[in-house]
Amino acid sequence: MDAERLDGIMRRHDYAPSGVIAMLQDLQREERYLPLEGLRLIAERVGIPASRVYSLATFYRSFSLKPRGRHLVSVCLGTACHVRGGGRIMDKVTRDLGTPQGEMTPDGRFTVEPVRCVGCCGLAPVVTVDETFYGGMTQQKVAGVLRRYE
Amino acid sequence: MILASPLPRLEDVPFFAHQRLVVMRHRGRIDPERIDDYIALDGYEALPKALLEMTPEKIIGEVKTSLLRGRGGAGFPTGVKWELCRKAPGERKLLICNADEGDPGEFMDRSVLEADPHAVLEGMVIAGHAIGAGEGILYVRDEYPLALRRMQVAIDQAEAYGLLGSDILGSGHSFRIRVIRGGGAFVCGEETALIASVEGRAGRPSPRPPFPAQRGVWGFPTTINNVETLACIPAILLRGGAWYASMGTETSKGTKVFSLVGKVKNTGLVEVPMGTSLRRIVFDIGGGIPDGKRFKAVQSGGPSGGCIPEGLLDLPVDYEALTKAGAIMGSGGLIVMDETSCMVDVARYFLGFLMEESCGKCTPCREGILRMHEILTDFTEGRGTEAQLALLEELAPVVKDASLCALGGTASNPVLSTLRYFRDEYKAHILDRRCPAGVCRSLITYVIDEGRCTGCMVCRRACPAEAISGGKRKPHRIDPERCVKCGACRESCNFDAVRVA
Repeated sequence: MDAERLDGIMRRHDYAPSGVIAMLQDLQREERYLPLEGLRLIAERVGIPASRVYSLATFYRSFSLKPRGRHLVSVCLGTACHVRGGGRIMDKVTRDLGTPQGEMTPDGRFTVEPVRCVGCCGLAPVVTVDETFYGGMTQQKVAGVLRRYE
Repeated sequence: MILASPLPRLEDVPFFAHQRLVVMRHRGRIDPERIDDYIALDGYEALPKALLEMTPEKIIGEVKTSLLRGRGGAGFPTGVKWELCRKAPGERKLLICNADEGDPGEFMDRSVLEADPHAVLEGMVIAGHAIGAGEGILYVRDEYPLALRRMQVAIDQAEAYGLLGSDILGSGHSFRIRVIRGGGAFVCGEETALIASVEGRAGRPSPRPPFPAQRGVWGFPTTINNVETLACIPAILLRGGAWYASMGTETSKGTKVFSLVGKVKNTGLVEVPMGTSLRRIVFDIGGGIPDGKRFKAVQSGGPSGGCIPEGLLDLPVDYEALTKAGAIMGSGGLIVMDETSCMVDVARYFLGFLMEESCGKCTPCREGILRMHEILTDFTEGRGTEAQLALLEELAPVVKDASLCALGGTASNPVLSTLRYFRDEYKAHILDRRCPAGVCRSLITYVIDEGRCTGCMVCRRACPAEAISGGKRKPHRIDPERCVKCGACRESCNFDAVRVA
């Protein structure tokens, strides 16, 4: 993690305590997760207890304190996806990759996470890989999708 | 040359014929990233009218006449909300547009933000003028990258045209909008939790009063409106509150956008006048259930809502009618379920969602949802007892009454409504250890119909557990001991030979 870049992020949000969530979002966008070192630096520079930064990083669902793989596979488990078999897609993905939800594959290729609705419920069940959406997924199709990523 | 059959007009397509577009009137007709497109239709026509010709009181009066109610879920009258904030003492006031659309299975706000961003901005500037706020905050879900980008583009364009910023159109009204990205916490849809999040804290609700109109962000009077609510405002000011109030039912006026999804042929966003029947929405607009299956229920209102059975399909959609049926309007999610959807599983699904999203501050919500989820898990896994069913029925109203905010206050709805209409399904799970819809894994087995099986080996290859035996052109068999019930064989079979028993 680059401390200078993190300082740039903090500057963008005026080093303000109210901007910590936005800082964490920006940091995660760059690092793909939140390194503990980053949380410590933010606490120090903004002047709030590290426990408060940690509490924000663990309260909000979109933050991850674990390193993520090169590609983030999000399996939608929103209601429409649930009734159309999203859960079975999740099982298939974790089974094929041999890694539980929220964990990175040993080769660093993927992290699989559940997501509660990505807002394209008409296409259910949906899987997103990084920023690409795949709709109408089946167990067979999702295996083909994952093969496209290195 | 005359075409034998001309292209149908929009209103000739059943999906669109019964819709009435107010909020979505620009959908697909403009390039959302070009402000000129919006202006070329009727965009930013309501703004000069509001800022130069109308006093804040007159705007509030018009919105009150329209009888518009908040589209985020609770259905509080928008005009009254604005008036409370207007009258609240204080120099500095804030307006928040709540675009943290959190209900799973719904995407009305996302679509409005992406397809017609300036309508939301125009509504915000007008609302700001009405309540006396110079600052607006747009709180958008971080999971909506396109919506975030389009809103930023729209804000930049509106500023360049002098429609946002200081002294807008020479009216003396200044209004600036800041975008804040949500952190993915469902509870932040609740007003006091949203305020905490805007202030940079964990989004935990606090007791009301004080209401946000009295003490909101940083203690200043704050109005929080939903995206769809704000997008209605330009049309209401242009055509008049009376016009808007001419649509709908006694207590629910105007149109409502619904996200029609699940086991229905035509999925998508549907905008209809309030009072339209569920039957019309699901069957005439949605085209009914695919694959010749039977309709079972429609789930309305997200995790706070309930399941409405076939017998109530003629119910008009209206805030009060849905609440009476044990569901809620919510923000407009309609998830259609057919005979292959298990209602116990659906209730368990919503509790699982709420269990994860409960902020943990108050005990009834934190512990009550957890316990209800445990009980439903036992039902779906074949360990349920009648004593547990009684406990569930005792617990559900307690969680409802004793929780601090609406998340816990409505968490029992999916349980109570399914118990009310689909008690037989609960009984089948508990007494017969059977899931009639064939969903709950512990209670079903996959079998191959030997009469239909062609012995093509496709399922054998698809099976991750090597549970299928049988050679080429010989009927296959599933070994129940090895089967992990993933359903891969059923999905892959081209001859509909895999059955759930």
